[in-house]
Amino acid sequence: MWKRFFSNIGALIGVAILVTVIAVALLAPVIYPQGPWQMVQRPFLPPFTVDGLPLGTDTLGRDVAAQLAYGARVSLLVGLVSTIVALLIGVPLGAAAGFYGNMVDEGAMRFTEFFQTIPNFALAIVLVAIFQPSLASITLAIAIVSWPPVARLVRAEVMSVRKREFVDAARVAGLTPRRILIAQVLPNTVSPIIVMASLMVATAILLESSLSFLGLGDPNAMSWGYMIGAARTVIRSAWWLSFIPGVAIVVTVLALNLIGEGLNDALNPHLARKARA
Amino acid sequence: MQVLTAIVGRLVKAFLTLLAIAILNFFLLHAAPGDPAVVLAGEAGAADEQMIEQLRERFGLDQPLYVQLGKYVWGILQFDLGYSFRQGAPVSELIADRLPATLLLTMTAFGISLVCGIAVGVAAAARVGKPSDTILTTLALLFYATPLYWLALMAVLVFSVWLGWLPGFGYETVGANYTGLERMLDILKHLILPALTLGLFFMSVYMRMTRASMLEVSQLDFVKTAKAKGLSGPAIRRRHILRNAILPVVTLAGLQAGQLVGGAVLTETVFAWPGIGRLMFESLAARDYNTILGVFIVSAAMVIFFNIVTDLVYRIVDPRIGATA
Repeated sequence: MWKRFFSNIGALIGVAILVTVIAVALLAPVIYPQGPWQMVQRPFLPPFTVDGLPLGTDTLGRDVAAQLAYGARVSLLVGLVSTIVALLIGVPLGAAAGFYGNMVDEGAMRFTEFFQTIPNFALAIVLVAIFQPSLASITLAIAIVSWPPVARLVRAEVMSVRKREFVDAARVAGLTPRRILIAQVLPNTVSPIIVMASLMVATAILLESSLSFLGLGDPNAMSWGYMIGAARTVIRSAWWLSFIPGVAIVVTVLALNLIGEGLNDALNPHLARKARA
Repeated sequence: MQVLTAIVGRLVKAFLTLLAIAILNFFLLHAAPGDPAVVLAGEAGAADEQMIEQLRERFGLDQPLYVQLGKYVWGILQFDLGYSFRQGAPVSELIADRLPATLLLTMTAFGISLVCGIAVGVAAAARVGKPSDTILTTLALLFYATPLYWLALMAVLVFSVWLGWLPGFGYETVGANYTGLERMLDILKHLILPALTLGLFFMSVYMRMTRASMLEVSQLDFVKTAKAKGLSGPAIRRRHILRNAILPVVTLAGLQAGQLVGGAVLTETVFAWPGIGRLMFESLAARDYNTILGVFIVSAAMVIFFNIVTDLVYRIVDPRIGATA
């Protein structure tokens, strides 16, 4: 499996980019101990004009490179944690629906369908606006709008695995249904979940940046979306201030998508390559 | 007859969903920070005890929760979405004013993305493995990873600020007072950039889906039969493969409707497009919860409407569905 993954050039590029972004995020406090909010020079310095400030300064004279590094922390953290929370909601729900069937399935699926009908970005906006912007509310809002596809996927997988012979064998061996679900069925659904999770991190990063762009970011955390939102009004005079953080988002999200596709090809080699929904 | 039953079933389900969203809305409104009466009084400019008491009584805030819930839902059924003190107008009026602009934008973007996405997907699938396919697929991957609002900003920068080809701001030229055809052309010019940027993201989604679906269907036996009959490549693609391959794309398009409405919030914000997305953005800064939630419920209704339409289209594209359902 790993051999297949690492023979995929796109996935390798993705891993290389992601490792770099993670490194920058982890090292941000070491490289820029003064933090991202500190004024360091006069405002509106273009990139590559002053030594020590490779990306210039923003509208308030803050170091753009430092902002970018601290923004990486927020993007990755929110992306990762919200995906984990979404999995914690979607996996049990989908597993119960697929395994127990009947009323449980009916109820769980109506619930999921309901959440899928609600426009997810609009719901995220509403949730963050009402519970006040903070890293916790943003993460939770993103998780709440991203779990339904997980539940549907896990349900479908569990339904197909449940009919296999080894599950009958486990039943004959006297295992309780719960144990069969947790120890026998769920482990066999892990690979599509991993693929979906890697793509969800990418979507979550886009969602977080969109919320911050609209002014719904955590006021105490520097984020790429906030940088673009703050530079929007000066786009005519200092376009690079909006351009640079956008590139950071595109590159990071692209890397995660490439990894997701690489994992998909490596974990499900027998499947025809499908575009994701 | 079957179609009719299906439509009625869909409508009942749509109604129940909207009802559930209204209930959710009510509880969200209650979770909003601050006593609504105090907030209202503050916004009206007089926060004394008596005024607050009066407001409580007037809006029924002194009644038990379930009575308030019932009144709220009943109000929504009559298109009463509450009052925006910030804007000094009923929310339903604010939304009705802005809805046409949003519908124009989202429908145009939806049309562009679906038609172009399918066309490009078919083209890429026909050239699978060739350099042109690789270029198209890579471009789609890139657009898929690009934040919508950033793409919109960059489009304004390039096509409006630098090249000066298209207006990057607003719905029509302010103060020009165009009428008739001239006005329509003016609006069209303003529509191009927002609709294209909103459409590009979805176009990449539909393109990838169409390409994958075309490739999958072209492996099936009936395609071999068509080839054996001596049909030309384009004829097989158009009449045999595409007709089958397009089904999952239509399903996906229905599911994406919600994303489209969410995307409109960002696009309208960047382009100052006077739709309900922009209204939501303006209400965010003011924490005007009535308006925010009003836009939310209307956008949910729009998504449900989109879904019903795709469902009907689905039945037209694939007659088999009507026969089994």
